[in-house]
Amino acid sequence: MATNADNKPSEAKGQHAGPDIDKVTGQALTDHEWDGIRELNNPLPRWWLWVFYGSVVFAVVYMILYPSIPLIKDGTTGLLGWNSRAAIARELSEVEAGRQAVMEQIRSLPLEDIRADRELSQIAFRGGQSAFKVNCVQCHGSGAEGGFGYANLNDDDWIWGGTLEEIAATIRHGVRYDQDPDTRISEMPAFGRDGLLDDDQIAAITQFVLSLSGQEHDAAVAETGSQLYVDNCAVCHGESGEGQPMLGAPALNDAVWLYSSEPEVIASQIYNPKHGVMPAWTGRLDEVTIKQLAIYVHGLGGGQSAEEVSAN
Amino acid sequence: MAKMNQDTYAGGGVVDQIEADPVNSSTERSLYEARVKIFPAKVTGAFRRLKWWIMAVTLGIYWLTPWVRWDRGPNAPDQAVLVDLANRRFYFFSIEIWPQEFYYVAGLLIMAGIGLFLITSVVGRAWCGYTCPQTVWTDLYMAVERWIEGDRNARMRLEKAPWSFSKLRKRVSVHAIWLLIAVATGGAWIFYFADAPSLAIAFVTGQAPAVAYVTVGILTFTTYVFAGFMREQVCTYMCPWPRIQGAMLDEDSLIVTYNDWRGEPRSRHQKRAAQEGLDVGDCVDCNACVAVCPMGIDIRDGQQLECITCALCIDACNNVMDKVDKPRGLISYTTLSDYEAHAATAAKNGREAAKNEQRRVSISHIARPRTIIYTALWSFIGIAMLVTLTMRDRLDINVLLERNPLFVTLSDGSIRNTYTVKLLNMQPELKTFSVELEGLPEATMWFQGGEEQRGTSFEAAVQPDRVRELRVFVVKPEATGTENFRFVLTDEGSGAADTAEAQFHGPQQ
Repeated sequence: MATNADNKPSEAKGQHAGPDIDKVTGQALTDHEWDGIRELNNPLPRWWLWVFYGSVVFAVVYMILYPSIPLIKDGTTGLLGWNSRAAIARELSEVEAGRQAVMEQIRSLPLEDIRADRELSQIAFRGGQSAFKVNCVQCHGSGAEGGFGYANLNDDDWIWGGTLEEIAATIRHGVRYDQDPDTRISEMPAFGRDGLLDDDQIAAITQFVLSLSGQEHDAAVAETGSQLYVDNCAVCHGESGEGQPMLGAPALNDAVWLYSSEPEVIASQIYNPKHGVMPAWTGRLDEVTIKQLAIYVHGLGGGQSAEEVSAN
Repeated sequence: MAKMNQDTYAGGGVVDQIEADPVNSSTERSLYEARVKIFPAKVTGAFRRLKWWIMAVTLGIYWLTPWVRWDRGPNAPDQAVLVDLANRRFYFFSIEIWPQEFYYVAGLLIMAGIGLFLITSVVGRAWCGYTCPQTVWTDLYMAVERWIEGDRNARMRLEKAPWSFSKLRKRVSVHAIWLLIAVATGGAWIFYFADAPSLAIAFVTGQAPAVAYVTVGILTFTTYVFAGFMREQVCTYMCPWPRIQGAMLDEDSLIVTYNDWRGEPRSRHQKRAAQEGLDVGDCVDCNACVAVCPMGIDIRDGQQLECITCALCIDACNNVMDKVDKPRGLISYTTLSDYEAHAATAAKNGREAAKNEQRRVSISHIARPRTIIYTALWSFIGIAMLVTLTMRDRLDINVLLERNPLFVTLSDGSIRNTYTVKLLNMQPELKTFSVELEGLPEATMWFQGGEEQRGTSFEAAVQPDRVRELRVFVVKPEATGTENFRFVLTDEGSGAADTAEAQFHGPQQ
């Protein structure tokens, strides 16, 4: 145990009632002792003491005014009746109110007019972007890049049409969504499963389809497939495989494939086609959000203009 | 009471001996004692005049700057100095700084720092003694106090006097004027952050934003409390700067020094001492240096951490030296090395020889490696900033590649990349910029909303002093791997240009 002759209390402990006095500083000592070192009983700085008293008063006032004491089922509500849920609700409604004018414009204007207005289209694009992140990314991906069986919305190939109105209609009513009477419906026959075509014929059509988009193919087999294509497929997919958005028949002569451009996948699609489903969003999303989503998807880069489509 | 006695000296002057305690002297003060109020006496002299001038200039700059107008055309504010936080712009006369150019402000702060190093190593704590807002406002408050309540003795009497109508009147007047100054101080601050004339009207009519009133309230409070009540405690206990400055002083820094080789032994009875043939120093122990000290110390105890080197004790002592017909400079701005040399001479050849030596002021202390390096650094940063300020472009292009998805394959097999392109027009006028693709053959581009301009370049109008963000689509018939290319931004009016590097991605081969 370290001892310090100078620092020893002037009086031995317990001999009198008053506090021990440190010889060097003349200051009173506390009873706290660590290895022979004792703490001086220094006065607290006054400013500190007043801040401390002030906080005590503040705490008492706060407890009375604000919800603070947890009870078994609930808690005290405080005299002011303030609570954080109401505060956030108020803030949200203030933001909503601030947006009201712009949202009303989006609700009432035709989609083309929204897109023509630089500021409005930017607002709608951003709104659509955030709505997309919540509602659409599960299938179409966070960058709207799609996946196997889910359409990539960035490109310029549209199964159901790529004008603003067509995109909005697809979002409103969905695809093959049987709870919506106006949903988009197309059903390709299961040529193989239902015995409409045999395996050789399907293989021949596959080679012909590959040739339509200029991919590697067996020219001789494709030649035999060309007549089969005209007889079975051209009515929907078109003579040169250009597709028909009215019927939801995808173009086969381009580089964009909903499933894959692999021969096996094409053959399998002819044999027993997959039919994807997209829900109708009317009723789940309000009109403004649907319009914003249409502006967003159209603005991803592949959107078509109405004149462009009618010109073709 | 305060006047102990009076002696008539050879110079014909009458020197009052003042009973003044250096209340903050380390020997006088216990760590646990409450603050003892200081009543600095009035003093005249060269340093006091310098302090009045510096006070007038610094306060003038502070109060008048926001009202200086500077025409920048219809699209920018006409206030010469404006920190526009809402729009994130900083205006300083002809200079406009955007947030990304904040390094200019950092450069100014570095210059201020090195400037303080330089000043400190040459003349010690000159910042504390002359220009620090705490010193300037305290000085102003003390002037008010002196004007209403009188000089040191009168103020001490008033402090002790029981409450009367006259005391109440004086105290109320002092505090009312202090509060007025405090409100004006807090009030001026907000004008740096908004158009001063319109904010002033909004402020007095109650239309200003709450933050303005809160800011004025806080600054009024701090000014009133710091300059009126806390005073020297701010410097001694709260401010870290004196401690840093203390570390920057060296033996060649000019500091306020009591030349004890000349003053000691001090004597109040010089004539009698002379008659008795006693060896006494020049110090007549009149305590004038203690009485005028706003920090409550006795400079004759040597350099102390409380000393802000305001040099008022030099003025006070010089006045006394004039009266007793002795050379000035018993208390003087002296370097430690000079002080030691003089002390050695005094010990060897007597005080008179040292006094002669003291008259020859050497300026070799100022130009020494340390100060030269500080000056060179300071000038280098200043010149570099000036050069970059005059050469900088007032337009900029930033490009961010859309990475989700990295690229898109279109119907005809071509590859499309998407970029977020920001065009910065940093001038207060509407500009039409052209953006051009460089180094990406066969590619075409357009921006969302500007499909009609599809090609290798497009034009876009950018509002005055604004950023325009565009979604730019670049399409290339064939692409594999990664290609580097550039977006070139040109201001067709002035020919100024800026380039942004970008990458074009295609499927991996």
